[in-house]
Amino acid sequence: MPTVEIRDVRKRYDGGFEALKGVSLDIEEGEILALLGPNGAGKTTLISAICGITRITDGSIRVGGHDVVTEFRAARSLVGLVPQEMNLEPFQTVIAGVRFSRGLFGKRPDEALIERILRRLSLWDKRNAKVMELSGGMKRRVLIAKALAHEPRVLFLDEPTAGVDVELRRDMWDTVAELKRDGVTIILTTHYIEEAEAIADRVGVINKGEILLVEDKASLMTRMGQKELTIELTDPVDSVPPALSDYDLRLSEDGGSLTYRYDTGADRTGIGRLMGLLAEAGCQVRDVHTAQNSLEDIFVGLVARQEEETAA
Amino acid sequence: MNLPAIWAIYKFEMARFFRSILQSFVSPVISTSLYFVVFGAAIGSRIDQVEGVSYGAFIVPGLIMLSVMTQAISNASFGIYFPKFIGTIYELLSAPVNFLEIVLGFVGAAATKALFIGVVILGTAAFFVDLQIMHPVAMVIFLLLTCMSFSLLGFIIGIWARNFEQLQLVPLLVVTPLVFLGGSFYSISMLPPAWQTVAYFNPVVYLVSGFRWSFFGLADVPIAVSLLAIAGFTAICLAAVWWIFKTGWRIRT
Ligand SMILES: Nc1ncnc2c1ncn2[C@@H]1O[C@H](COP(=O)(O)OP(=O)(O)OP(=O)(O)O)[C@@H](O)[C@H]1O
Ligand SMILES: [Mg+2]
Repeated sequence: MPTVEIRDVRKRYDGGFEALKGVSLDIEEGEILALLGPNGAGKTTLISAICGITRITDGSIRVGGHDVVTEFRAARSLVGLVPQEMNLEPFQTVIAGVRFSRGLFGKRPDEALIERILRRLSLWDKRNAKVMELSGGMKRRVLIAKALAHEPRVLFLDEPTAGVDVELRRDMWDTVAELKRDGVTIILTTHYIEEAEAIADRVGVINKGEILLVEDKASLMTRMGQKELTIELTDPVDSVPPALSDYDLRLSEDGGSLTYRYDTGADRTGIGRLMGLLAEAGCQVRDVHTAQNSLEDIFVGLVARQEEETAA
Repeated sequence: MNLPAIWAIYKFEMARFFRSILQSFVSPVISTSLYFVVFGAAIGSRIDQVEGVSYGAFIVPGLIMLSVMTQAISNASFGIYFPKFIGTIYELLSAPVNFLEIVLGFVGAAATKALFIGVVILGTAAFFVDLQIMHPVAMVIFLLLTCMSFSLLGFIIGIWARNFEQLQLVPLLVVTPLVFLGGSFYSISMLPPAWQTVAYFNPVVYLVSGFRWSFFGLADVPIAVSLLAIAGFTAICLAAVWWIFKTGWRIRT
């Protein structure tokens, strides 16, 4: 059973705007899912719907098998949320805020746990400081500490690294990795493709309230590891020369260029032999160039294709 | 029942109160003293007695009620409005708590603060006038019920309000007039007959009357009617809060 089950979820805001247009998604126990999408894609709306902050118009969401509306107590007990906005009580001390969050989720006080969390997030020295006396990066860590204080099994991080420096971003990634080791399921949203590459097990792409792709990072990486070699010929040919038949080559329509797809990770790319065979077949090469797929290309391509479809 | 959550909310709200404990203590003392100087001395010297009670003592229950009601409303409305305003309400909405637990935390704290103010005023008043409380148990019950029901009303106002102006509007435009016209400083029987009829539509009349009865055994309306009125008022407020959380009105997008 998936830890989070999202089925045909629609969300229409009061103004009539449809922010989620039938989203279905399964999130497996213990995985890290990165949700990528441009501004206004619906990432925060989706997270808010799972956590109970937003009411969904249609569809259903289950966390740990519990419906988030009818069995909200059981569902929400499992979930921790680090919101995108820095929503914190300014006059409260760090440690009081963390204790509050733990209590709110029905957990008995556990000072040892709270100390561990604050130390892990380098907030222990600031535990008695008021929130308003902290820097932006520290406030973000307070939000994380509050979410961890009630030992969630599923943790939502809504743009945890927006506006934090490089060092803190690395720290954050380490924290996420540690939580994963503890068996916590983690869903994070981000605009940074490197972030998804660095820590996610799976990557989802969302735009305009629709999920465009959810794929294992590994298989995405293989796709990304592929390069295309384009060979431009001096004289166009009618067909791929028979000598090159064991290569899977694509001939352009005008017969002026051949394209060869290969894996950069493979032991042999076969490029040297291909060039030799071409010369033997009497084809003169005018120019060559290569292109590589990146997650960014895939992402931009997907979003662009969706724009075209909606325009058509 | 998520008891740790109720306790966490209650403690959080009370922390705000303790941050300004001196202010919470001094201001009712000063305002009560002023009331006695103005009403008790200046007017009281002309009125002398109302239904056999010295005017100074007669106004004590109304004075306590006035402060308790306004304090309960302003504390509870601010308590829930502020998290909405700064966005920290996300945590309440995503926590495994139901409406009753949230209400118990917020309203419990607001009622405690109002009760504290009520007791401070009672203590201050005892310096100025000779007070005897005829039905102490009834007095405590009326005081508690008023603290709770007006905190509930304040809680609803805090959820309803979209800005600070609205937050202050209801207490100013609705509650203060109702309290002043509710017989806090006079007996309803002192009004012309037409106004007496109007007064019976004012819920505050029943509270002040019942509360005053617990001091002096004097009431404008039968004590059972007073109790019924306050119970009905509390029930209406509770139903409204239940509906708010069920529909997410003005709290869940
Ligand atoms: N309370 C609201 N009322 C009406 N429309 C809303 C509301 N909240 C969000 N929206 C709209 O819903 C869409 C999705 O917003 P959402 O915040 O989910 O995007 P996002 O993917 O989180 O974007 P970002 O990367 O900027 O955080 C946007 O077009 C936004 O304007
Ligand atoms: Mg967002």
